[in-house]
Amino acid sequence: MKLITAIVRPEKVNDVLAALFEADVRGLTVSTARGHGGETEEVETYRGTKVMMALVDKVRIEIGVSDHFESLAVDAIVRSARTGGVGDGKIFVTDVGRVVRIRTGEQDVEAVTPVNPEEPSLSYIDSHS
Amino acid sequence: MLHPTAPLAALSSLPSDISSADTAWILVSAALVLLMTPALAFFYGGMVRSKNALNTMMMSFCSLGVVGCVWALAGYSLAFSEGNAWIGGLDHLFLQGVGLEPREGQTIPHLLFCVFQGTFAIITAAIISGALVERMRFSAYLAFIGLWTLFVYAPVCHWVWGPNGWLGAMGALDYAGGTVVHVNAGAAAVVGALLIGSRKDYGRQALLPHNVPFVLLGTGLLWFGWFGFNAGSALAANETASLAFANTFLAPCAAMVTWLFLDHMRIAKMTAVGAATGTVVGLVAITPAAGFVGPMGAVAIGMIATFPSYLAIQYRSRSRLDDSLDVAAAHGIGGLMGALLVGVFASEAWGGSAGLMEGNSSQVFTQLVAVLAALGFSALASFCLYKCVNLVLPLRVELDEEGRGLDVPLHGEQAISSGEGAVLLTRTTRAPAQDASSKANRPLETST
Repeated sequence: MKLITAIVRPEKVNDVLAALFEADVRGLTVSTARGHGGETEEVETYRGTKVMMALVDKVRIEIGVSDHFESLAVDAIVRSARTGGVGDGKIFVTDVGRVVRIRTGEQDVEAVTPVNPEEPSLSYIDSHS
Repeated sequence: MLHPTAPLAALSSLPSDISSADTAWILVSAALVLLMTPALAFFYGGMVRSKNALNTMMMSFCSLGVVGCVWALAGYSLAFSEGNAWIGGLDHLFLQGVGLEPREGQTIPHLLFCVFQGTFAIITAAIISGALVERMRFSAYLAFIGLWTLFVYAPVCHWVWGPNGWLGAMGALDYAGGTVVHVNAGAAAVVGALLIGSRKDYGRQALLPHNVPFVLLGTGLLWFGWFGFNAGSALAANETASLAFANTFLAPCAAMVTWLFLDHMRIAKMTAVGAATGTVVGLVAITPAAGFVGPMGAVAIGMIATFPSYLAIQYRSRSRLDDSLDVAAAHGIGGLMGALLVGVFASEAWGGSAGLMEGNSSQVFTQLVAVLAALGFSALASFCLYKCVNLVLPLRVELDEEGRGLDVPLHGEQAISSGEGAVLLTRTTRAPAQDASSKANRPLETST
């Protein structure tokens, strides 16, 4: 099993979720984050005070997947989150020692397999496309 | 002001037809109408995404400065000096001849009338911004509303309210600005939305209000200010002002209840944004009618005007027209319905001229001509102005700025931040170079 941690631009989150849905990747956690990856600092001005926004708003997406889904998920994220500018984000893939589904006690691959793959849990995303 | 006794001397020489009561009420009314523009900033600002909140609020707020100046320099003259049937003259350019003596037929100082009307011009321009938010370049917007006030608002205002204006002479009824303010702004808004194009995420993602309490706050303040807008349009502290005040109270009540009912029938939930929108539609619809219809007429107008606006919003949100905050549905259609319905419910008994309900069917036709004239002229002239501005200042921001949100790229500020976590730039901290390519992957410099 792998844990995929992707840091992406907030304005690209919707595209990423849609791409992951199309790649049949289900089950993820999204949180807001602030960070810095070498992009141009934004200078803001408040009355006489000039400040440099060293930390930029980002969104962190965490996905636990079985091994054969790893490249599918990574490709989907890269494809959907890329703008070509500095600050598009990073993807970290780490090995996972053990996964437990709390409800059933299922372990590892069973635990990261969606209960009902036929039932689209993210169907609202592409209702417009 | 050169001499301490000068104001007193001026006071004693005032003509006796100045009424203290009328002057006091219009002084308050002008301040109430001025408050409507920051109120609109909250109403609109709450409905956009947080990354564009400041930009959206600034679009309303900065109308105060830009249009206020334009109004004093030339707008007032083009709207309210003699001129011809189509546009005012240049007699009051730079407020020449606008003094403390009343205009003909009025009981308040001329200068106060000019300021009161200026607050109308300000909010009218600000209303347009609702269709352009989250993608328009701020400088182009300011240039547009300045020009729009001169070349669209002032003529239409002159047609209806100015001396010799052709719509006023024809007998068109517009008590406080259904045609001049709301239909006029609604037409300019739709043309702007079409020319600038929809937001890049429109129709692809859900674009939700970031702060619904702001929307309710703005609505409450708009309603409060609207008492000055409508009851102040009596230009006197008299019976008509009281009637307009009561109608400004009743029509939004009816419209809000109707909107909540429609919401409940459609989705079995009564939404807060719906309650706010219904209230504003009621306010817009009663504006042209406030001093001409009885209180039950106001209730009827509030209820009836809600239906087309409600349907228009349902339709618009599925269409390709990104009139982002529904200026056309709330102000365009609301103003149009109000302007037509005043022809139906105008009541001689309440001090207006007779409408359809009292057997005068021609009034509805007169109203229709006035609305169509304002609609057509505003759309055409606004189209030309957008194109002119676009030659000098591109109307639309760059795509990546739109993605990041306009607050930081255009204003260098954020609406909501913790206030911490930024690096203070002092003489010992170097500001980052503007050239992005030279410093890609440069390590973070935080030490001073």
